[in-house]
Amino acid sequence: MASYRRIRDLDWPMLILALAIASLGILQIYSATLDSKFESSWWKQGVWLAAGLVAMWFMSRVDYHTLLGQVPMLYAISIVLLLLTPLLGVLTMGSKRWIPVGFGLHFQPSEFTKLVIVLLVARYLAELRGDRLETRDLLRLAGMVGLPLLLVAAQPDLGTSLTFLPILAVGIFLGGPRWQHVVSILALAVMLMPVGWLVLKDYQRARLVTFVDPTRDPMGSGYQTIQSKIAVGAGGMWGKGVTRGSQTQLRFLPVTHTDFLISAFAEEHGFAGMVVVFGLYFLLLMQIVQNAQSAPDRAGMFICMGVCALLLFQTIVNAGMAVGRMPITGIPMPLMSYGGSSMLSVFMMLGLVNNVRLRRVVS
Amino acid sequence: MRTIPSERQPDSSITKPLYRDETKFAAGKIAAFQWVVVGAFFFLLTGYWDLQVRNEEIYNAKALRNQIKSLPIPAPRGKILDRDNRIIVDNHEAFKLILSRENLREEHVRPIALGLGMEPDVLEARVKRYKPRPTYFTIPLKEDLTREELTFVEAHRGEDSFPEMELIRSQFRIYPQGGLAGHVIGYLGEISDGELNSSEWAAYNPGDLIGKMGIERFYNEVLKGVDGQRRVRVDNRMNTREILGIKEAVPGKDLQLTIDLDLQVVAELALQSRRGAVVALDPRTGEILALVSAPSYDSNYFVGRVNSRELASLMTDPAKPMFNRAVQAQLAPGSTFKPIVALAALEEGLVDENTTVHCPGGASYYGRYFRCHKRGGHGTVNLHKAMAQSCDVYFYMLGNRLGIDKIAEYAEAAGFGKKTGIDMPGEKEGVMPSSRWKIRNLREKWYAGETISVAIGQGYVTSTPLQLAHAIGGLVTGGVWMRPHIVKEAKAAAAARKAEYKVEHMVRVINSMCAVVNEGGTGAASRIPGMEFCGKTGSAQRVSNELMDKGKLGAEYKDDAWFVGFAPRTDPEIVVAALFENGEHGNLAGPIVRDVVKAYFDKKARGAKKQPQTVASAAAPAAEGR
Repeated sequence: MASYRRIRDLDWPMLILALAIASLGILQIYSATLDSKFESSWWKQGVWLAAGLVAMWFMSRVDYHTLLGQVPMLYAISIVLLLLTPLLGVLTMGSKRWIPVGFGLHFQPSEFTKLVIVLLVARYLAELRGDRLETRDLLRLAGMVGLPLLLVAAQPDLGTSLTFLPILAVGIFLGGPRWQHVVSILALAVMLMPVGWLVLKDYQRARLVTFVDPTRDPMGSGYQTIQSKIAVGAGGMWGKGVTRGSQTQLRFLPVTHTDFLISAFAEEHGFAGMVVVFGLYFLLLMQIVQNAQSAPDRAGMFICMGVCALLLFQTIVNAGMAVGRMPITGIPMPLMSYGGSSMLSVFMMLGLVNNVRLRRVVS
Repeated sequence: MRTIPSERQPDSSITKPLYRDETKFAAGKIAAFQWVVVGAFFFLLTGYWDLQVRNEEIYNAKALRNQIKSLPIPAPRGKILDRDNRIIVDNHEAFKLILSRENLREEHVRPIALGLGMEPDVLEARVKRYKPRPTYFTIPLKEDLTREELTFVEAHRGEDSFPEMELIRSQFRIYPQGGLAGHVIGYLGEISDGELNSSEWAAYNPGDLIGKMGIERFYNEVLKGVDGQRRVRVDNRMNTREILGIKEAVPGKDLQLTIDLDLQVVAELALQSRRGAVVALDPRTGEILALVSAPSYDSNYFVGRVNSRELASLMTDPAKPMFNRAVQAQLAPGSTFKPIVALAALEEGLVDENTTVHCPGGASYYGRYFRCHKRGGHGTVNLHKAMAQSCDVYFYMLGNRLGIDKIAEYAEAAGFGKKTGIDMPGEKEGVMPSSRWKIRNLREKWYAGETISVAIGQGYVTSTPLQLAHAIGGLVTGGVWMRPHIVKEAKAAAAARKAEYKVEHMVRVINSMCAVVNEGGTGAASRIPGMEFCGKTGSAQRVSNELMDKGKLGAEYKDDAWFVGFAPRTDPEIVVAALFENGEHGNLAGPIVRDVVKAYFDKKARGAKKQPQTVASAAAPAAEGR
């Protein structure tokens, strides 16, 4: 009885939207990796999609209040995993982000940490008694999110580490910050910019510089932006057709099936295709917001909004990067870019949203 | 962090909510967030609209330009052959490395230069020089890569190292080693900035190889052919995915020279390491059989890897190895000029067989004493003896009677004072003075005393070795001057000049030149037994007698030795002029001419059947050594 009700009460529109987006992703991965060494990526992504559905199911079964109760332990586990990553991790493209777990599979602790951050922020803010955030609340939140953020940034994986921030930001926004807090956070951010510049690696600085002016180094750090813009622009209104995009097929487009999958999609499906994809994403996010609005309690609302903020951030950054409106980062397009960890973590977050939704129906 | 009881059951939250469950407090903020989402997607969509709808054509063109790449197919340069079709200059298959500028990264320039053993500054300068050109112009990096360089290129061609390096098949020039025929052939070199700015080379691009001297330069357009082009579709690693079109290269034309390598070798050996020149030509056709200027240079030196320091040493060498003396040295011809004066006097009817002069070792004209080269004097001489003994006093008399303008008339008819029109770059015209010439060039009246010096090939008169061979060649073939040429196909007959001189006058001059060699004259040392080899010696002063007598002047002021010879006496087939700078006396230049003439007739006697091995092996090592 209970099991029946839960399946029926899952957020089916949200699930269908997610599946539609993931299917377009698989189609594009197939097209983008044709005749390349990543040719098998499309069906692997299918397998990850299936695994993601299972993960979502699991994440929706255990009451999110139970999960919130386990936050200290989950947090501790994620910190330990992040600390272990530099020791056990495999080096890819100059950074260590992955821990091999056998069978040729790799686990990305930073993706798991995203979930933990969502729960952590939700729990902390839901437990507050007042309607206003105190300075010490902000400091505690900043400290708790800042530690894993720094660990991920040190891998180095600046992109993923930055995805923690929208969760925190939306949490604080909803939690009720004082205007003095907002001002001081912004001021602090401005003051930290020069420091940040010093901390950045050379390639990261180059990316920022070329974000401002890609033609500065057209064959170096500006190459990706320039080629991605060419791919997108060449797609035109209706696109070149599946497997017909020259930028994608002749590999002028870098990392086509992961970071720049959306550029490949834009080249082969045109502006019309992009309207459809963005429409799907928009509806998906609105569906999640709707779940936040109807959440049974504050914690549930914060969870949904955290997930929503995270997905929105990733979408903006990835799709914006493809047209040169965002600097280059390794942040994948949620549900579309090839990658098991990303797929699993997004579906687990959708599982959390369903989790919140299912608790609502009980009452 | 506040703790929450972990023993809570999921469903108990309904009755005793531990978390605050009213969520309405954030409703307004959530609505605001929704607007943020709308704004975010609007922001993204405008980005895609801008690229995909507003600027589709621009990006489509860029995508197209990405894929299509044009690679040059260098045309093989024409070979250069001698008159017997023996290869003098050949090509061999080689790899040429070019730098594609469409994907050039400036920080790669130095490491590439270092990897190839080039001067980084030089390469950077070259890259800079290309800045104003469109990016589809490729920069030539290196010709004829060695195995080490090829290894470097192959190891660094990937996307992650130096994708701008591009290897193309090309032809590389091989010249005879040791400078054989160096001045005839010239050499190939990279076009200079100065040349790029000149109208002659307007159609060329920086880095192009062009002929710099000799045949390579004069016939550059014929030899070079037309480069082809290959348009290909490439991927991001510049691997060819599809060939879109090929425009084949049109190979350059082979050139057959009139040069006979056998004679060329003999002439070079005869001149040895002396500064001087030898020009051998067939006066009947104007074909150059051998042309030597010494010291010479090895043409291989300039192709591909030019070491600027060594090049500079060639350029600043006081012996001027880059100077083509055969067509550029303008020196007083001395007594080799006398046959012209003799002919002029005969034609003008001023002298005959019986006109004699007493030579006491000098004569006075216009208040000045002119010495004969023989201090003791020649005694009484007629024209025949005066020529054989090279008696200056006799020719002073002729000069005085003729006057400068008559001498100039005959000398100009023989080609003095103007270019012969040989198909070689840089030919000089020499000087044939006349009263008009002096007014024009020196703004001065001609003094009769100056004619006396000109009559013995001194004073203002200068000639190149080629001019001398040309002039005497025309004289001894009955007054027909064929345009000298060095490439077989060059049209010579059209440019022939003819003079209507009395045959007996010309025969008399020819006979007197025979006496020089065969009747105990000044060229007796060059006699070839059994052959009617004729000629005229000359020793031309570089400074006046007075100066010479006064001080101890250095070797560079010693007289230049000349000899111009021909054979046989009737219907001459070959005329050879030799210059031996600071050689003091013409009978030192005589043996050089004798050797060449002898080699010519020896070869003729042997017939075409037997090809001497010496020449083949002189040219061949260059071809095999690479």
